[in-house]
Amino acid sequence: MYLIQLTAKPDIVDTGAKELLDHKYPSTLDSVDLAEAEILKAAGDAGFDEDEQHRIGMAVRECMVNAVVHGNRYNRNKQVHVSVATGEGRFTIRIVDEGEGFEDNEVPDPLHENNLLRHSGRGLFLMRAFMDEVSVRKLSPSGTEVVLVKNVARSE
Amino acid sequence: MSVKIDTRKVGDVTVVDVSGRITLGEGSSAMRDTLRELTAQGNKKILLNLSEVSYIDSSGIGELVSGFTSVANAGGTLKLLGLTKRVKDLLQITKLYTVFDVHEEEAHAIRSFA
Repeated sequence: MYLIQLTAKPDIVDTGAKELLDHKYPSTLDSVDLAEAEILKAAGDAGFDEDEQHRIGMAVRECMVNAVVHGNRYNRNKQVHVSVATGEGRFTIRIVDEGEGFEDNEVPDPLHENNLLRHSGRGLFLMRAFMDEVSVRKLSPSGTEVVLVKNVARSE
Repeated sequence: MSVKIDTRKVGDVTVVDVSGRITLGEGSSAMRDTLRELTAQGNKKILLNLSEVSYIDSSGIGELVSGFTSVANAGGTLKLLGLTKRVKDLLQITKLYTVFDVHEEEAHAIRSFA
């Protein structure tokens, strides 16, 4: 006779600061897939459900594409530094490129009627749509840092 | 291959069956090339069947938009069929859902070109 114990998946629990990932990727489209996969795994381990994982994955993909394509311009001498950590009720993803840097307010609003049918320019908007917080910082002397945050539930 | 694209004719409508992921790189390039070729061949009625598209990023959205514009500029019409919930949500978030003529059922979509 076998006893099978079924337990519900626990709610997301914030158990303190923890670094989940810290990696530098080459400036290639393969890196976009790799970073997305690794961060999706971290998000799953942190307890996010499938829908939340999908949203996090989409935000990461958009951010990585920006870093590889617009930031580092596929330059093999430049890398994208990705780190992921949990702590203080937050799942925090930090993506830093080595490009020239850009200012958040330079990006046209993709929802403006004049921009709706533009071929590109929706990446940053989608990051904001899928994450709870997004911050963009131009670094000195070069590079851009984007921080993506998804809030996690606190333990009772 | 991340994306698979097949085309077929239903009357004078060209149905483009897309499956997989339309993301920057192979997927978005294949979408762009297919729509360009169909437009160049003079196809005026194009129905993009996205019911088997599991994932699309902003680059993929960009190719849908560019395709829509190019077909329209060539005097044709491009419509969408069978959006999954995630693709539909993405088009709604980007305010593109009302730009495209979106259908859930192929026969109805084909008739709408008349």
